[in-house]
Amino acid sequence: MRFLMHRLGFFALTLWAAITVNFFIPRLMPGDPASAMMARFHGRVNPAAIHAMEIAFGVDAQQSLWSQYVGYLHNTVTGNFGTSLTYFPLSVSSQIAQAVPWTLGLVGVATVLAFLGGTLIGTISGWRRGGTVDSIVPPVFVVTSALPYFWVGMMMILVFSVWTNGALPNDGAYSLDVVPGFTMPFITDVLRHALLPAMTVLITSIGGWILTMRNNMVTVLAEDYVRMGRAKGLSSRKIMYQYAARNALLPNLAGFAMSLGFVVAGAILVEYVFNYPGLGYMLLNAVNNLDYPLMQALFLMITVAVLVAVLICDFLTAWLDPRARSAS
Amino acid sequence: MVAAVRSNSKAMVGALLLLLFVVVAAVPQLFTSIDTPDAHAFELGLPPSWDHPLGTTAFGQDIYAQLIYGTRQSLIIAVVVGGLATVLSVIVGVSAAYLGGATDSLLSAMTDVFLVVPTFPLIIVIAAYAGKGSLVVIIGVLVITGWSYGARQLRAQALSLRNRDFLESARVRGERRSYIIVCEVLPTMTSLILATFLGSALYAVLTAAGLQFIGLGDSSSLSWGTMLHWAQSNAALQSGQPLWVVAPGLCIALLGASFALLNYAFDEISNPALRPVRRSRGKRARS
Repeated sequence: MRFLMHRLGFFALTLWAAITVNFFIPRLMPGDPASAMMARFHGRVNPAAIHAMEIAFGVDAQQSLWSQYVGYLHNTVTGNFGTSLTYFPLSVSSQIAQAVPWTLGLVGVATVLAFLGGTLIGTISGWRRGGTVDSIVPPVFVVTSALPYFWVGMMMILVFSVWTNGALPNDGAYSLDVVPGFTMPFITDVLRHALLPAMTVLITSIGGWILTMRNNMVTVLAEDYVRMGRAKGLSSRKIMYQYAARNALLPNLAGFAMSLGFVVAGAILVEYVFNYPGLGYMLLNAVNNLDYPLMQALFLMITVAVLVAVLICDFLTAWLDPRARSAS
Repeated sequence: MVAAVRSNSKAMVGALLLLLFVVVAAVPQLFTSIDTPDAHAFELGLPPSWDHPLGTTAFGQDIYAQLIYGTRQSLIIAVVVGGLATVLSVIVGVSAAYLGGATDSLLSAMTDVFLVVPTFPLIIVIAAYAGKGSLVVIIGVLVITGWSYGARQLRAQALSLRNRDFLESARVRGERRSYIIVCEVLPTMTSLILATFLGSALYAVLTAAGLQFIGLGDSSSLSWGTMLHWAQSNAALQSGQPLWVVAPGLCIALLGASFALLNYAFDEISNPALRPVRRSRGKRARS
């Protein structure tokens, strides 16, 4: 219980830090980009929206920094991110709500698959140390983990889309000539569009899991309780999965939480390469259009998503590992 | 250490690759006769030929010459960011472990926050506000966002060193704190500090390439990431110029791989438990 309280406290602290950074970035930048944006915006929006943006960007010089900050916190917590410039006059929140499912579906599924697959391959590689799998897998994946995500995406497009005369689509999340809905043609179309970007995320992120899991396995296999299991005459399978892999998994789970930020970075670029309408693609569009309200809200959304995932990992660790529960 | 690197094939490959890139970055003139790779000097979109080994871009620049001259910026970013981020990691990590108490809690919490906040979106937001990033801006944001992982690891190792006998004896000798940290603690941590440098350099190569690719780098200066940016915005893949995309990406991957291979190999060298098992029994009996 204490462990979980501690982690919840950390969650709150990080969230607060992210919101605060978000508040100060536009105020610290030279050249006052926010005022320039406001000037462009004047006369096109209602006064209430203008006022919300003045709070968000600190253009209103009459207010003290502190009251600006409190106003900003209030707006953020209540989900009032203002109006988007790019998708005027729609609110930022409604735009983000449209993008979230695509990112969750694509990046979420691909990341979980990479984690599960990588952990399994790493388990086998560490178990048969020096075997065929182990002599090929680590060096190969040391190299793939150094590949730039977006370049792998472009190579996938080249090989599976351009060279095959468009066998697989490389643009967007679904074809424009298919009517969206819960129908068979639409679902297969969505899956076809998701295949290449998902493969890209999978290929570039699986290497990390394999390597750490392998190294954890190697360390755990030297423990006394594994030798004890052998002495008791347990089957190899049982030792491998129930003794070694279970314990090796715990540090890997913590590593999963730590490296999510990196996966998110890659996913943003993958969405950009494939014009996939998720949060990352929207973020880059917002940057190109100097749409500051949308940009900042997206940064917060992505941060919250990562923090929630980290929190889930913490809960899993607490559930799986009695040591974490009892640690002060 | 030189002997250890030479006996490890992964380290050897990584070191040779890195050496090659360093030479190319230092004296690009040796590798190509074209000295203005940015000039639109040739016919547009030529296929590979004897004069242009990788063809030309849609702007009429020689792709091979651009690759050669682009090496310098990518390598500078990697080394400078790697170095500065490592210094920051050492300062934060070692002082957290060594000072302990409230300072430790504060610095550790800060490290953890930096570790989980997704840095790439943050970098994008900062770079967008700062206008198109010059080299200094890019290096700055990469250092600020890239130090936390190393700091965490260095803190853990420094903590485990804290009560060792050799440090105790230095304390008994009456050495100053600064002397103990610089002359006793840091030398014992050399291999982890090196690993931190390699890890941050890899992070810098990939992240800087990503930033340049989406157009937040200095798009008039020459680097592999900017090459990819121009290739993407001219639809090089769809218009039959795959080399314009393949070549710079491969260079980024190779530079990244050289850091990753060295890092992995140093892990094996400093942690014997991870070394590959030698299968031939005859050798083992003799050694």
